Amino acid sequence: MDEILAGMADGADAADAPDLTQDDIERMCDIICDPSNIVGVEPGEQVIVTKDGGEFKFSQDSGGCGVGITSISRAAAVQMYERAFAFDTLELGWMDYSFKPLKTVVYEEMVTYEQIVETVIPPFMYGAMPNMGLYYAPDGQFRNPNDLMRVSNMEDSMEQSELAAEQLVGDMEYITGQFTKIGLEGFDFDTTGSAGDAEFVATLRGAETYRKQDPNANIIIGMSSESILGLHGLMEYKGYRVAGMYPAEQAKMAELSGANVFGAVVNTNSSKSFPWNVARATTIIKKCTSEANIPVHANLGMGVGGIPICEVVPTDTVGRAGKILIELAHIDGV
Amino acid sequence: MAVAHSLCSGMGGIRTAGDLVSRMELSKNMKIGKAKEYVAKKLEVDPFELTNEGLMREMREDLGIGVITAVPGIPKGTTAKMNIESLLGIKINSCEHSRSMLRN
Repeated sequence: MDEILAGMADGADAADAPDLTQDDIERMCDIICDPSNIVGVEPGEQVIVTKDGGEFKFSQDSGGCGVGITSISRAAAVQMYERAFAFDTLELGWMDYSFKPLKTVVYEEMVTYEQIVETVIPPFMYGAMPNMGLYYAPDGQFRNPNDLMRVSNMEDSMEQSELAAEQLVGDMEYITGQFTKIGLEGFDFDTTGSAGDAEFVATLRGAETYRKQDPNANIIIGMSSESILGLHGLMEYKGYRVAGMYPAEQAKMAELSGANVFGAVVNTNSSKSFPWNVARATTIIKKCTSEANIPVHANLGMGVGGIPICEVVPTDTVGRAGKILIELAHIDGV
Repeated sequence: MAVAHSLCSGMGGIRTAGDLVSRMELSKNMKIGKAKEYVAKKLEVDPFELTNEGLMREMREDLGIGVITAVPGIPKGTTAKMNIESLLGIKINSCEHSRSMLRN
């Protein structure tokens, strides 16, 4: 119980969120202490499951937590998620799972999507990370803002972030525009903000453009971390400075951009216990769900949402975290 | 891990009505309670029954919206999704794309 209270206090302080109620705290303790191996929600309490990474989790190596079944086709992998694992939504993604490398193979991906979408029934998204770090040296065409900051060249650092953001917005517009031509059902902008505030703003602008291209698109914006790093510091979206925003404020930005669903992240502190982390995540995300006007899905993968940071995640923590966030933070999906 | 979430917390996709509720969240911004109510009303069931596998298996076949097992001669893929469009009163992009490619 002490760990729950400490995690809640830390989350409330970080995100300016109210404390959980005494009933919430006691219920969380009951769920954590449940002696069962598998812990699930009660009938009627189930929510939607969305997933990043798509079908390539079967074929990928351990660097992406894949299981290396390289002999399985991409179509078969999607159909297995539909029919063997009974997922509520499906996703296709290129193995690099980032916009920049996707741009070079987008036509192959369009054909792959067209072929698979005719065989499956649930919402079938395409997914990719903005991953703006790929646009910086040594991999990309722009100078690295972090290197420039190290030599106190702040103006150039900010300028490079802005230029990279413009390029990313352009790439997003091109890719979603191409996919729109072949009836893409929706796009999952996943792990958003990993390169800081300029990337978050670029993604919001990319989603906004996609909404204009396709008013019927299903758009998910999922985050990479709980707060927006101010690597630029002054980036704004529709008049709001985004650096330092926590999930409740991030969800409002996603809503302004035209997104249908927001994916909230709370980072796991690997020096703390599962009860501490899940209490902190619940406190922060409960504020987000109470203020958001669009559905909120909690990111509950390795290292976020209270789930421990380890390659092979203990299954009992997965079910407990989901149950706690569904019952107490009232999330609309996982 | 994702499979554990699907089992512990998910609605069950096309085993039940998970895909239908997903459609309403993703296309109409409906939160989970409202999305379940909307789908339940269209199916004329109680929201609690949306995850009842026995009930939903029969309903899905009757409505032609696809089932999880391999049954010959019933709607699958795009055909099932076109029936879902009519059932839920929504447009699905991939179905629109298929229709746009028909010559007549």
